[in-house]
Amino acid sequence: MKKTIFFILQGMAVATYGGLDTNEVQTLRRELDDLRARTRSLEEKLLRLEQQSQGGGLATTNNLPALAAPASPTNAINLAGGTHSIAGTNLTTAASVPPTNSWSPAQPITVMRSGSAYMNVSFDAVLDAGWSTSPEVSKELQLGDHDPTQRGFSMRNAELALDGAVDPYFKGFANIVMKLENDNSTEVELEEAYLASSSLPWNLQLKAGQFFSEFGRQNAQHPHQWAFVDQPLILNRAFGPDGLRNPGARISWLAPTPFYTEAFLGVFNGQGGTAFSFRDSETDGSHGRSPWDNHLRGPGDLLYVPRVASSFELTDHQTLLVGASAAFGPNNTGEDTRTQIYGVDTYWKWKPSNAGDGYPFVAWQNEALLRRYEAGADPAAGLPAETLRDWGFYSQVLWGFRPHWVAGLRGEYADGNSGAYDNLDPFRGERERVSPNLTWYPSEFSKIRLQYNLDHGEKFDVEHSVWLQLEFLLGAHGAHKF
Amino acid sequence: MRILALLITLLCAGVAQAKLNVVATTPDIGALAHEIGGDKITLSVLARPTEDPHFVDAKPSFVIKLNHADALVEGGAELEVGWLPALLDGARNPKIAAGAPGHINCAPGIEFLEVPTSLDRSKGDLHAMGNPHYLTDPVNARLVIKTIAEGLIKLDSANAATYQANLASFTSRLDAKIAEWQKTLEPYRGRQFIAYHNTWPYFARRFGLRSELFLEPKPGIPPTPAHLAEVIAKMKSEKIGVIIVEPCQNRKTAETVAADTGAKVLSFAQYPGGVKGTDAGYFQLLDYLTKTLAEALAAQP
Repeated sequence: MKKTIFFILQGMAVATYGGLDTNEVQTLRRELDDLRARTRSLEEKLLRLEQQSQGGGLATTNNLPALAAPASPTNAINLAGGTHSIAGTNLTTAASVPPTNSWSPAQPITVMRSGSAYMNVSFDAVLDAGWSTSPEVSKELQLGDHDPTQRGFSMRNAELALDGAVDPYFKGFANIVMKLENDNSTEVELEEAYLASSSLPWNLQLKAGQFFSEFGRQNAQHPHQWAFVDQPLILNRAFGPDGLRNPGARISWLAPTPFYTEAFLGVFNGQGGTAFSFRDSETDGSHGRSPWDNHLRGPGDLLYVPRVASSFELTDHQTLLVGASAAFGPNNTGEDTRTQIYGVDTYWKWKPSNAGDGYPFVAWQNEALLRRYEAGADPAAGLPAETLRDWGFYSQVLWGFRPHWVAGLRGEYADGNSGAYDNLDPFRGERERVSPNLTWYPSEFSKIRLQYNLDHGEKFDVEHSVWLQLEFLLGAHGAHKF
Repeated sequence: MRILALLITLLCAGVAQAKLNVVATTPDIGALAHEIGGDKITLSVLARPTEDPHFVDAKPSFVIKLNHADALVEGGAELEVGWLPALLDGARNPKIAAGAPGHINCAPGIEFLEVPTSLDRSKGDLHAMGNPHYLTDPVNARLVIKTIAEGLIKLDSANAATYQANLASFTSRLDAKIAEWQKTLEPYRGRQFIAYHNTWPYFARRFGLRSELFLEPKPGIPPTPAHLAEVIAKMKSEKIGVIIVEPCQNRKTAETVAADTGAKVLSFAQYPGGVKGTDAGYFQLLDYLTKTLAEALAAQP
């Protein structure tokens, strides 16, 4: 049927051709010339553009067919215009010939693209600058190891992060952190180096190496992800200046529930300054007692960190994540003294469905912790056996009020029962802190943050600090979790 | 004996009816997957049609969706790079891990535009693979549906005939539509429009239009007064009268520029459902885009 119509139309075209007057022929010819000229100018423009984008040289006439090919099916459709028969036939050929998409010399050669590199490599540096009414910033106010530690400038977190797939079975991650001490010497630490399984059955996932334990929300985050320039007080008191991280292994299980529920169990050696409340070998974490040289006597001496987290979509625009965590292990103040830490955390985020660049949003994060610490007796230091109890919370609200601008407010409280070493112990005693801040992200890869801290502590009364923080990130950094 | 045969038939029917659980990252891919999969698949889409696809939150509920998935269909052009990798790590689903048959990547075969010759973030947030918004060109949709159909057939050969029939039917309807859309925009060949973000180079190329000026000074960098002044000057000297804005972009900025230049602000969306009356799918979206743009261009001198 189609064919017959085609022939009839063709026949009519041939038949009427003779009858066309010279005017019409001339019009057609003019149109044809116009079309030719337009095609030529387009081709020239394409060639010019290509030469520009390649810095000249590489582009040859060979490029043109390669470029023209993908466009050809639609060119055919274009030309079809009025006469149906031609349109029909052209369309069927267009449908059967897939556009050619093989590599052509016209395509630029990319030096490095994230999809073809074996891993993400990034370097992230955070610089702090500011002033505090306290001359001894790092001794009483800012006890976190990545906090600003002195008046003027400090650089407490420059990290090299590497991550990628090791093979079909594992993913690997390493984070090497460099910090400038107040005397400007450089301290290097292997903050994290671990592999994570990617193909275990039964919804399990194994992590092994040195890594931040998944206790609560902020402990597992790197300083450049923090919403404030400093570590929350209660996390500092429970996990020490560097957070809770140690060599160990962690298994997690994604429950087959309709909403997100994940259970974690981490097992760590639990020693050193990064296991502050546990077998810390420095006096800081031992509350004045000289540390025992405790070795592992059995599995009971390891540090265990269980956690359960669930998440709910409250509405289309609101997500809630809640979690409960604990950490159990021996500490170094006696032969059989132990520590228990319990924590709950919530994170709520609102973001409308037409947010641009991720703004606006409101995020509210809370963590509350309770620590029970059996301190052994140290007669040489004049310290009795006692049970220290510490508690505290922080609550922070972030408001991304316009693209790339975030206003934050954090309130904190930490306290505990009284202990024999309290007068000399910067990690104990009642303390409150209120911190408003404002962050501008010129892009996803840099930020400028201004924060004010109003600090109150029973040891130092009231202190004021203002900190400016600059961050830059180079390279490809892995995506962050919610 | 007869009962056993009946049971086996029923069991087979039950197995055959177990639908393939498909997750699509963005609504355009979702709409195309729906055309191919039809009622043989259960489809869920992660990004919402009005959302900025570069900044989707890696919500824990998405981890669950991906954990249950038999197939994941993604754009594969780094549009999802800020959120999908973290979700896949959490989902621990070998069926949709990179390289598995259930991980359907729509990028192979696409001729990418604006592939940077060197990676330099001083030029803004560029994608190493090139501009990722390739489905705004319906000819690319032709390729993508083929990729999706091939992927689904590999996973669910029992329904291969259905997928093939859906592919053939959609392709022929798409070809007719492409001709129609081109006819709609043909009178405006060579005309220029302003876009907020560089989302539309594929669309512009297909329909012979020019999308060279943006309200963003560089991709991912919010508009600055100095840059907007430049755009306004160019719009006046080159007589550009149309600004297109997507739901996740700041319409007020576009309206300020429009007030100064007498231009018309058009609501555009790269995803079906992103603007009113486009929920029905890819055809309806492109119908809307070509028609509203043609009308706006016709109204301008």
